[in-house]
Amino acid sequence: MKPLMESERFVRLAAPILVGAFLIGGWELACRHWQVPVFLFPKPSDIARSLMNDAPTLLGALWVTMRITFQAFLCAVVLGTLIAFLFVQSRFLEISLFPYAVLLQVTPVVAVAPLIIILVKNTQAALTVCATLVALFPMISNTTIGLRSVDQGLANLFRMNRAGRTATLLRLRIPSALPFFFAGLRISSGLALIGAVVAEFVAGTGGRGSGLAYEILQSGFQLDIPRMFAALFLIAFAGVSLFLLMAWLSKLALGGWHESEVAREA
Amino acid sequence: MLALNHEEAVTSHEATASPSRKPSIVDVLSANKIYADGTEALAPVDLSIAPGEFLTLIGPSGCGKSTLLKLVANLIDPTDGRLQWWRGGFDQVGGEGRRLAFVFQDATLMPWARISSNVSLPLDLAGVPSAQSKPRVAEALKRVGLEGFENRYPRQLSGGMRMRVSIARALVTNPDLLLMDEPFGALDEFTRNRLDSDLLALWWERKLTCVFVTHSIYEAVFLSTRVVVMAARPGRIYRVMEIDEPQPRGEAFRNSARFADLCRQLSAWLADASLPSPVRASP
Repeated sequence: MKPLMESERFVRLAAPILVGAFLIGGWELACRHWQVPVFLFPKPSDIARSLMNDAPTLLGALWVTMRITFQAFLCAVVLGTLIAFLFVQSRFLEISLFPYAVLLQVTPVVAVAPLIIILVKNTQAALTVCATLVALFPMISNTTIGLRSVDQGLANLFRMNRAGRTATLLRLRIPSALPFFFAGLRISSGLALIGAVVAEFVAGTGGRGSGLAYEILQSGFQLDIPRMFAALFLIAFAGVSLFLLMAWLSKLALGGWHESEVAREA
Repeated sequence: MLALNHEEAVTSHEATASPSRKPSIVDVLSANKIYADGTEALAPVDLSIAPGEFLTLIGPSGCGKSTLLKLVANLIDPTDGRLQWWRGGFDQVGGEGRRLAFVFQDATLMPWARISSNVSLPLDLAGVPSAQSKPRVAEALKRVGLEGFENRYPRQLSGGMRMRVSIARALVTNPDLLLMDEPFGALDEFTRNRLDSDLLALWWERKLTCVFVTHSIYEAVFLSTRVVVMAARPGRIYRVMEIDEPQPRGEAFRNSARFADLCRQLSAWLADASLPSPVRASP
């Protein structure tokens, strides 16, 4: 058996964990040593305790935020892909609509959110709309670029073989677009979460069905800083999980052939 | 090759009735090409491609050899004049697939598809069921010496092997006419020589008709039964060299005095063909 240090997998896992443990340990020790008050900067152990005690509320809030995130992400993927297909089918459509897609992207969601919350009666739906707006653009632009970046030689080959529109789409355009599509998924999934949290902040909805952002706001008002950190930790955790999920999907789809996903050979 | 019409079957083993005249596969009739920006890529050209010949187009950059090949491939339309393919077009082919195959400068493989799927693409697009296409793909891969690579992806293969896959994809349709645009230009000389030998053997064995574009004098002399030397500005046919060296050609031909003579002759013609243009790298 070869030494653990030479195993790529082991190092990949162990090194970041070691860094994390070191940081958390240092944090804990520093807080204890200087006796930092818990309402200024809590120790990791305080945060962990808060996470345990408030688990039902916090996990419930996490579920609400994640639901909005996933709904928005799904909407963004479906809408973005559809719009991209439209753009590729018709140059005229793209020319007329693309500026508005850009407009959508550059307008900060914080600025638009109040308007949407007023216009859309159902708060959940309003939040989903906000998050979708944030997550939509990367899907449109990436998928459009992907569908366009077809190798000219292959396009000629398909033409010479009298491939129909559908066959060209299925066998050439869509596979060519996949790497771009998955890159879009990674960006978009993270943005959906950010959009959901930002929209929750703006909406400030409390009561039943409130998300993590509301928990953070509330914890701030109540000076329950460990709880605030716990909520923050959950958001970060959710973001990382989303990213890993997308990376895994991308590897599943492109692992065999695309340069970005192929394992380095020695 | 089994389904060849008897009229074109003069070079086929299955030829039963031998017709008195050899109809050409493609006739280029005073076809020229002027691009939108006004450059005359090709002055009116007349050329007949006979079945079973290995025709090479060679010439300085901008002599229109690629343009001529694309005209023959029906990838572009002539500005004036016309081309005639066997009996008015290669659309009516029945069940035996297309009659024309094109090999590009690059291997042009689909990186997401396994080698077998890449080779079977022309059959898949023509709607050939996989039960029929599978043995043909296997046979085509065997022809180019790539048995056992069916399940690899293009990126796992070397440049020379990818080019072989590209040729297998062209052969899988049993084409009557194989068009190749500097297919081995990007390969090292050793690999190129090997692929040239294999291609020549394949051409001879399958009684193919090839139109081949190259920059290499040695390649042209080694492969061709006829070399068309082209000149630039405007692109035109400058001279034609017939090479009646018997087949199969091998290393003996490559090392012969005759080969050297032909190369010298072709080189001289190419130098003349390149004269009028002021900037021109020596071939």
